[in-house]
Amino acid sequence: MVIDMRFTIAVLVENKPGVLARVASLFRRRGFNIESLTVGTTEREDLSRMTIVVNGDEKVLEQVTKQLNKLIEVIKVSDVSKDSVERELCLIRVNSPPEKRGEIIELTNIFRGRIVDVARDSFIVEITGDEDKINAFIDLMRAYGIKEVARTGKVAMVRGGKQ
Amino acid sequence: MRAADAFVKALEKEGVEVIFGIPGGAILEIYDALYDSNIRHITTRHEQGATHAADGYARASGKVGVAFATSGPGATNTVTGIANAYMDSSPIVVFTGQVARSLIGNDAFQEADITGITMPITKHNYLVTDPKSLLRIVKEAFHIASTGRPGPVLVDIPKDVSQADIEFEYPSKVELMGYKPKYDGHPMQIKRAAELIMKAERPIILAGGGVRISNAEKELTELAEAIPAFVVTTLMGKGSISEYHPLCLGFVGMHGSKYANYALSESDLIIAVGCRFSDRTTGNTAFFAPEAKIIHIDIDPAEIGKNVRVDVPIVGDAKKILAQLKKVIHYKQRKEWEDKVKDWREKFPLKYSKRGFKPQFVIEKACEFFPDAIITTEVGQNQMWSAQFFKVKYPRQFISSGGLGTMGFGFPAAMGAKVACPDKEVIDLAGDGSFLMNIQELATCVHYEIPVKIFIMNNGYLGMVRQWQQLFYKERYSATCIGCEKVSFENIAKGFGAIGITVEKPSEVMDAFKVVKENKDVPVVVDFKVDFQANVFPMVPPGKGLKDIIDGD
Repeated sequence: MVIDMRFTIAVLVENKPGVLARVASLFRRRGFNIESLTVGTTEREDLSRMTIVVNGDEKVLEQVTKQLNKLIEVIKVSDVSKDSVERELCLIRVNSPPEKRGEIIELTNIFRGRIVDVARDSFIVEITGDEDKINAFIDLMRAYGIKEVARTGKVAMVRGGKQ
Repeated sequence: MRAADAFVKALEKEGVEVIFGIPGGAILEIYDALYDSNIRHITTRHEQGATHAADGYARASGKVGVAFATSGPGATNTVTGIANAYMDSSPIVVFTGQVARSLIGNDAFQEADITGITMPITKHNYLVTDPKSLLRIVKEAFHIASTGRPGPVLVDIPKDVSQADIEFEYPSKVELMGYKPKYDGHPMQIKRAAELIMKAERPIILAGGGVRISNAEKELTELAEAIPAFVVTTLMGKGSISEYHPLCLGFVGMHGSKYANYALSESDLIIAVGCRFSDRTTGNTAFFAPEAKIIHIDIDPAEIGKNVRVDVPIVGDAKKILAQLKKVIHYKQRKEWEDKVKDWREKFPLKYSKRGFKPQFVIEKACEFFPDAIITTEVGQNQMWSAQFFKVKYPRQFISSGGLGTMGFGFPAAMGAKVACPDKEVIDLAGDGSFLMNIQELATCVHYEIPVKIFIMNNGYLGMVRQWQQLFYKERYSATCIGCEKVSFENIAKGFGAIGITVEKPSEVMDAFKVVKENKDVPVVVDFKVDFQANVFPMVPPGKGLKDIIDGD
């Protein structure tokens, strides 16, 4: 079954060994689909923040949230799908024959990316933004021949003063 | 102080009276410390028996059950018992030995990643990596196992951790950032529930295992009387109200009575308490109680809306919420509905053929002869017949493996229940297949003088599976005949040092029961050689709604 709906949830967890395994195990066991998952430190040393993009409908979101909340090491689960700033970082190694270099640099500038490595016949381009922007850029690069792509997965934060 | 000694002292502080377990290399240090303690230890003959016994102890007593096992195979043998406790929300804490920290990850002798293995079947688990955290973890383990929605917790203790030197400072309270169970129901939701109850013309209470866990039997019965509403129970909910109470319709679902299933299906309001709407209870949810609004009271928010739609969710402790609900509703007679249910009850009683030697007869008579006994069951036909024909009088009287459906649970669970309640008669209503799965615990019962009674409905088959093959697989009896009618359980019992009796016909049943009663202090195995063709009816065929319940032969 293909489900088009997606949610981004932010999960505040205790920064302890095994927590990632616990969260991943829960998703596998309950049959939830992870599209991307990132983990990083937060303003507090003892807490980590996971940003998880989940495939599914409202019912899946409700169960994911409730089941995550049952994990002892999960402090807080919030839906950050709406009204939030979402960013992802992507590195792309793209073919750059001399006659195409100008074009690639120009496109990179338009997307406010950066060339972070230059080899004889390829660039590594770094680009950040929301998912659509990165997808659009990758599409453009296909014309030159993409050799490798590495994406971080999404991090997100709700806009405004609220947490 | 040696960490192992501090650990045992911590168990004493937690009020642990008995531990079920088996020693081994990685847990030797702890067993050495246990030698100086007053805590009773019962060495089971298999670690699965230890975890089931701890589970049975917990269910009979309401206290936390404790099991010990060594690393590797000892630990992996506990897995079924842990999964069983998890599915039925039973508070147990399992302590396993682990290889020394320096060896972890090296595939050392008797090393198994038991925290990894049990992650999806525990409420929480720990690998103790720092001896200084050991006592805090013990405290947390008991707290997590017994509060909120209870469940099993596993603590894996590496050998060198138990050998380390630590201070004995047992924490007085637990601080867990991410764990704060909610006990009080939301007043607004309680008000909404009361409104629905007052409006309802055909209300019914569906009581699950949460009622027992919350010790809410009194409150449930009082609310049922105050509305008044009939009560149906899930298998786990048996005992939520006395089954001799006029409002109790007994257990519902795949093998519940017709009248209970009809009443639930045609109600216009279901007040579900501490149940999770399992598929065995609801039948096909597409046809589940189509006209009913649903109030769902449960301590676990994740259960609400998981399997069926809910109109009024109330998250919290059943005992509190039921008492509050009772205060805000008032008595309203619903004559039409009462008459209808009474009519169903008269028209469709539970019944079975009296020809030959029927297992139902044994259970019905056991209920007459031992009305106050604690009953455990194995899993399969024996379990369903017990649920149908053994009428439960008081809370915690009926102990059965519901969610996981673990054959081999009943006997070690009976052992645990007997240890918890030595003054009660404890009977395992068993099948031949199930009893064989943990029969080794007879040695434990004889050795420690734990006089449980085992009644085997011996039909020589894995009966429930055979029944499905008969009904749904064109009588192709693949692999279900186990030939136990030829096994002498009498001699096996005697071989272990217990009493064994063989009963071949209905007229001998009462005499056997008398022998059982006379031998208060000895384990007794009674082998009832019943008709192998007997099936469990009525039955909701798989995929059907509760209303489509069928009779059999």
